Amino acid sequence: MKTGHKHFHPAFTIGGMALGIIWLIPLIWMVGTAFTEASYTMSILPKTKPTLDNLKYVWNAVPFGRYYLNTLIVVVATYSVQFVTVTLAAYALAVLKFKGEKLIFIIIFIQIIIPNDVLISPNYMMLADLGLTDTKLGIMLPFFGSAFGIFLLRQMFKTVPLALSEAATIDGCNLIQIIRHVYVPSSKAAYLSFALVSVSYHWNNFLWPLIVTNSPENRTLTVGLALFAKSKEAVMQWANVCAATFIISAPLVIAFFIFQKRFINSFVSSGIK
Amino acid sequence: MKKMKRTVKTNLTAWALLAPSLVFLLTFTVFPIFRSIYLGFTRYELGMMKPEFIGLKNYVDLFGSAIFWKIIGNTVAFSLMTVIPSMVLGLALASLVNHKRKGVGFLRTSFFYPVVMPMIAIASIWMFIYMADSGMLDQFLLKLGMQPMNVLSYKESVKPAMAFMYVWKEAGYLMIFFLSGLQNISGELYEAARIDGATGWTAFKKITLPLLGPTLLFVSTIALTNSIKLVDHIVIMTEGAPNNASTMLLFYIYQQGFAWFDQAKASALTVIMLVIMLAIAMLQFVKSDRKIHYN
Repeated sequence: MKTGHKHFHPAFTIGGMALGIIWLIPLIWMVGTAFTEASYTMSILPKTKPTLDNLKYVWNAVPFGRYYLNTLIVVVATYSVQFVTVTLAAYALAVLKFKGEKLIFIIIFIQIIIPNDVLISPNYMMLADLGLTDTKLGIMLPFFGSAFGIFLLRQMFKTVPLALSEAATIDGCNLIQIIRHVYVPSSKAAYLSFALVSVSYHWNNFLWPLIVTNSPENRTLTVGLALFAKSKEAVMQWANVCAATFIISAPLVIAFFIFQKRFINSFVSSGIK
Repeated sequence: MKKMKRTVKTNLTAWALLAPSLVFLLTFTVFPIFRSIYLGFTRYELGMMKPEFIGLKNYVDLFGSAIFWKIIGNTVAFSLMTVIPSMVLGLALASLVNHKRKGVGFLRTSFFYPVVMPMIAIASIWMFIYMADSGMLDQFLLKLGMQPMNVLSYKESVKPAMAFMYVWKEAGYLMIFFLSGLQNISGELYEAARIDGATGWTAFKKITLPLLGPTLLFVSTIALTNSIKLVDHIVIMTEGAPNNASTMLLFYIYQQGFAWFDQAKASALTVIMLVIMLAIAMLQFVKSDRKIHYN
């Protein structure tokens, strides 16, 4: 049963709708400006002719194609590795009883309370020690272990009945097969939540890729946008900056508009991070 | 004997399964903490082969510097300007969309979309809202016959301007936690309250707020952590200008380590930030011991 106050004053409803529209103003302005001819004054709703010139200009002036590919590689590879590390760890923590469990929980807890960004300085030194500065692997490496993912999957694995895995053992499955054929398929929802949170985080992440990368071959979209927005070409050129902003935010925002519920439910679980 | 063999095997299996995660968690979370603590006690500048032990000097220098205290002040001020407003707004938005009726889907989408946009993109857009004279805000003020404010250029207005932008982005994120908190409150309670004549504000004060206790605590931890580690927009909008009025702690770490290449100072600052993060986490523990929930 849905709850809440059911007897709202109509003024409240109208106010709510107005608030919803105000919230959209930056997006409306950004998209409108990106797709219309550049003008001398800004207006919330576009007043000039529609055009693709801004997008074309920005796409050619900045190697956004390259940056797109880099971001895609980082996002997909990070999640793929996380998928494996998180699954194995979550199984151990959900199903097995072993010595040192407390220590593991302390380590996981440390990562949950300390955001990765705080450790930029020592982590960069670590990358330098490993010779991995200015590489895509360097951008991804600190995120291959995910306390958030382990927690999320562990909760899910705990709900899988032991009888299922016992039956699989009798059928001759080994441990890895049990994880693959029993635990992973029954936790699809948790994997999807983790994927949405992980992908959004890495698509949008900025400070760490900025520090790690030095060359266009390895830069991600966010770093590319920042460099462009701060360059001389961008001064007063809001049409171009809006076009660039559109290029980097469109995939996630469109995906969110389509799968609104899925996104919101996934981000609720990200609270433990 | 057989049983012991089995526990040894289980132990080995468990640690083998945990090993891949542990390697990364230890290398990029645990070890860096100790490295920062160690380097915080040293001098380690560009060109030095090895760090040189200097005891507490980095901390003494920091605590004696006016800029450090200004930055701590900025960070605290920015948190005050963002945490409470974004929580109040987040709760208000959650109450607004906690219904099944027309338009709610639109509202949720519109309040939440800033969350899935990169902070860099948002800062690039708001840059033009705040831009001097021809920016949207100043144009609007001119139309009203007022003076343009050029908010990003003055020390009085740069933090409130950034805070306003951030509250707009963060409120939707906090909204979803309040929303799931609200949905855990039984509708019968409101029904009973209504029969007793308590609706609207009274019901909110007497039922919603007390029952949201744990959620409020949890959300305040998230909001505080997020606000303190926020840095992307500074790179785009001001780089700390004017005169460090918009420099926050994490941006200062970034400057020390990657603009001025003083990794020892950056390490000392990292330790300070770690202590702050730990304190926020502790806050949640200490308080949740006091059992705020009535459910």
